[in-house]
Amino acid sequence: MWEYTGKVKDHFLNPRNVGVVENADGIGEVGSLACGDALKLSFKLGPDNKIEDVKFQTFGCASAIASSSVLTEMLKGMTLEEAEKVSNEDIAEALGGLPREKMHCSVMGRDALEKAISNFRGQEAKKADGQIVCDCFGVTDKEIHRVVKEHNLSSIEEVTNYVKAGGGCQKCHADIQEILDSYKGDVKPKPAPLTNIRKIQLIQETLEREVRPTLKQDGGDIELVDVDGDKVLVRLQGRCSSCQASQATLKDHVEAKLRELVVDTLVVEEV
Amino acid sequence: MDTIYLDNNATTMTAPEVLQEMLPYFSELYGNPSSMHSFGGQVAEKIREARAKVAKLIGADPGEILFTSCGTESDSTAVMAALNAYPEKKHIVTTKVEHPAIKSLVEHLGTKGYRTTFVPVDSKGDLDLEFLYGSLDDDTAIVSIMWANNETGTIFPIEEIAAQVKKRGIVFHTDAVQAVGKIPIDMANSSVDMLSISGHKLHGPKGVGALYIRKGTKFSPLLVGGHQEKGRRAGTENTASIIGLGKAAELAAKNMAKENLQVAALRDRLEKGLLERIPNARINGNPDSRLPNTTNISFEYVEGEAILLMMNELGICASSGSACTSGSLEPSHVLRAMGVPFTCAHGSIRFSLSIYNTQEEIDFVVEKLPPVIQRLRDMSPFWADRPQ
Repeated sequence: MWEYTGKVKDHFLNPRNVGVVENADGIGEVGSLACGDALKLSFKLGPDNKIEDVKFQTFGCASAIASSSVLTEMLKGMTLEEAEKVSNEDIAEALGGLPREKMHCSVMGRDALEKAISNFRGQEAKKADGQIVCDCFGVTDKEIHRVVKEHNLSSIEEVTNYVKAGGGCQKCHADIQEILDSYKGDVKPKPAPLTNIRKIQLIQETLEREVRPTLKQDGGDIELVDVDGDKVLVRLQGRCSSCQASQATLKDHVEAKLRELVVDTLVVEEV
Repeated sequence: MDTIYLDNNATTMTAPEVLQEMLPYFSELYGNPSSMHSFGGQVAEKIREARAKVAKLIGADPGEILFTSCGTESDSTAVMAALNAYPEKKHIVTTKVEHPAIKSLVEHLGTKGYRTTFVPVDSKGDLDLEFLYGSLDDDTAIVSIMWANNETGTIFPIEEIAAQVKKRGIVFHTDAVQAVGKIPIDMANSSVDMLSISGHKLHGPKGVGALYIRKGTKFSPLLVGGHQEKGRRAGTENTASIIGLGKAAELAAKNMAKENLQVAALRDRLEKGLLERIPNARINGNPDSRLPNTTNISFEYVEGEAILLMMNELGICASSGSACTSGSLEPSHVLRAMGVPFTCAHGSIRFSLSIYNTQEEIDFVVEKLPPVIQRLRDMSPFWADRPQ
């Protein structure tokens, strides 16, 4: 049993604005019999260029019918510019929320609206561009990218809840995962600040691995004396200690390396 | 508002006689049947009686009945016992239309090194027997096939299949939770090795099941521990429910004829009434070989969850193979295996009756459902444009 709000039930049992607007200015159709839900949305503009009449026909479950019904109520009296801004979240919100598994019903409402507006403007309704990822429900990579980005989705299940992709034979799960993975970098949490000990260890490792070998080639050497906050105190040895270019070496080479590999606020000083 | 319960393949009402039989074992007769004293011993005696009643319902010997916690446990016990008995054999055969209790178990075993075969069905839901027999080989440890399908009611020729499978020396199990109590089953003249029973599908309580294990079948327990059930299933007996299942089995044996006459007649009345009044509707399953209580009807151009919810408003309980009721967005695996077109699968409703249904209830549904379907069709963009 789905947990529906009173508003979903009300719009399902007493749907508003069922039908097709006569001499409609714009018509948008989405979905199919095969995928289990479909919506046809038609509207007519009044003399003030606001939506005067809007009707729907829906094949689908209770939340699909309720989403369509509430959308028609929201649209009445809107300009097309206002209508364009209606999001699927707005639809779900107007219903007092939808179960997560049913979010795609609100997405369908938005998609039909988008198509109806394109239809009015004489634009060819956007063909599904991009590559079909989910064959069962004909969902393209572009659509999946869009919902993952817009709703910050992180699992295949969530993608299925929004656009149905992956809800059928599941063969496309690897492809959906790949799309999800491509966004992982964006939300990667910042690394936790280094503890003092770890910082000293990293500085030491970096000096050992990256700095000392090159200095030694020139007959010089470097010794870590202390780390005080961001201040790294070192002592130059061998030929470096008497080298005219030692300050340049410290800043351009040692400090740069440490900033790159440890913390970018480090300052190297000679004692 | 009265509830009209037409979802008996999901679960049944506990028969009032069953409840009465159970009550004392929740209160004064709380003894442990394993105890030495007669206070516990009298409960053991009642469990013996229950075992005999369950055995009688399916023509078995009481020693061949093992009590479990549910149909799923019976299924798992049977499959795992066969696999443990023949550890060198790595092949399991079942069907594409099994209940998840077997389907998911076998799919799971498929990820654990077992080779699995899922036998397909035709558009009526009948098994491809040639495919089934062709899939058997020396590596096959067990064949598990349901006696009757829970969604369509289609009955499989289990005796014929069991005999063929036995000829090959392979263990045969059947998940008979939908069949036991509804159609005659006689293990005395059968090749079936193991058979699963569920209490709550035959007006017994939930939380109890049974597994028939033919004498001589190699067996190992799923639950290991105490010596209950002769060491075949550890754990203190669910005494009240076992006694309830015994009573339910006794009633089922008594009501079997009624089930096949009265319930079948009501089912036919419902089916006929709906098909006459609702165009573009079709029966899923094999009407010639079907449980007497089940009908599965697809209403084209409408979606099952919406139908269920509108019926719910009228107090009518049924279920749907629609994607939206499964939570997976994918219509019933049974209907898809049968090749039922998506257009019909989404609008399928299963009605499953019991001896407690009345003609008044059926007539109420026949009167109220057609306008519900019409209302939804009037909302559907496909209805007006349907191919005529």
